[in-house]
Amino acid sequence: MVRGFALLLGLQFLGEVLARGLGLPIPGNVLGMGLLLIALLLGWIKEGWIRDASELLLSHMALLFVPAGVGVMVYFDLLRREWLAIIVALVVSTFVVMAVTGWTEAWLEKRGGAHVD
Amino acid sequence: MWIDLVRTPLFGVGLTLLVFFLAQRLYQKTGSILFNPVAVAIAAIIALLQLCGISYQDYSRGGDLLLFLLGPSVVALGLPLYQRRREILARKLPILAGVAAGALTSIVTASGLAWLLGGSREVIWSFAPKSVTTPIAIGIAEKVGGLPPLTAAIVVITGCLGAICGPEFCRLIGLRQQAAIGLAVGTSAHGIGTARMLEVDRLGGAVAGLAIGLNGLITAFLVPLVYLLFR
Repeated sequence: MVRGFALLLGLQFLGEVLARGLGLPIPGNVLGMGLLLIALLLGWIKEGWIRDASELLLSHMALLFVPAGVGVMVYFDLLRREWLAIIVALVVSTFVVMAVTGWTEAWLEKRGGAHVD
Repeated sequence: MWIDLVRTPLFGVGLTLLVFFLAQRLYQKTGSILFNPVAVAIAAIIALLQLCGISYQDYSRGGDLLLFLLGPSVVALGLPLYQRRREILARKLPILAGVAAGALTSIVTASGLAWLLGGSREVIWSFAPKSVTTPIAIGIAEKVGGLPPLTAAIVVITGCLGAICGPEFCRLIGLRQQAAIGLAVGTSAHGIGTARMLEVDRLGGAVAGLAIGLNGLITAFLVPLVYLLFR
């Protein structure tokens, strides 16, 4: 477990270093996700080393978003100023994006035929 | 003496865990997606803090500790990606095309609707990166003259909306494959949607995690281009 957390934090740190060093607009943790995938594919990191720590975090990910959501309270005044435009644009666009993304994927997958399933 | 207690991390962490636990129980008891534990917990904590006159700064001493763990959690999303690599690789083109279509749709519909409804310039541009994960979205909003705090709020609310009813909405519009559902929810509702997908289906969760990264990359590239066209 300790090894797993150390590796995950190490990869996040490496991601931050890369993001800053190369001036990338991608946050370090997202780069770290890519780095973990590459390290697993290349066999530099064994799945068993990070499995317990990763599963623990992934199964509680929803909880970790709660403080981020509470942060919205700081911006209530900002949201209130143009609330109608904000609510309509937010709700409609969220659903339209899901439909377009899902339909595009499903349509191309059907057309091209995925090889595994 | 009592106010000092609220200012320790113990308060923020303890309150969040307790309220989230109760919200989960409520969700299990009712079985209704309207009682999504993340959304219910957020609303309950905001209401409690405002009722008791406790500032977000005091809450965040503990809240930030939990938020810190989000970093390694996003890194950990590389594990389901690795485990499901064959299914994902078999769909690499549909996945890439789906995210690209979703990214463009998000920028156009979100900013476009804000514009149609008479939103101010700052609000319109704050909407452009609404479907990408918060740190990327804030960076983009800064570049094109949006209001980063407004963007952060929009991104979180979008994520909650997608997490509450994303998988259900996808089935309603005829999507059956977990890969397509995961991609749709991950592209539209980033991390919060991905957390929900991980609870629904492993492959769906893996694809949603991938969508966070891909959508972030594509949107970070597209928004400045759209800005040059419309500024």
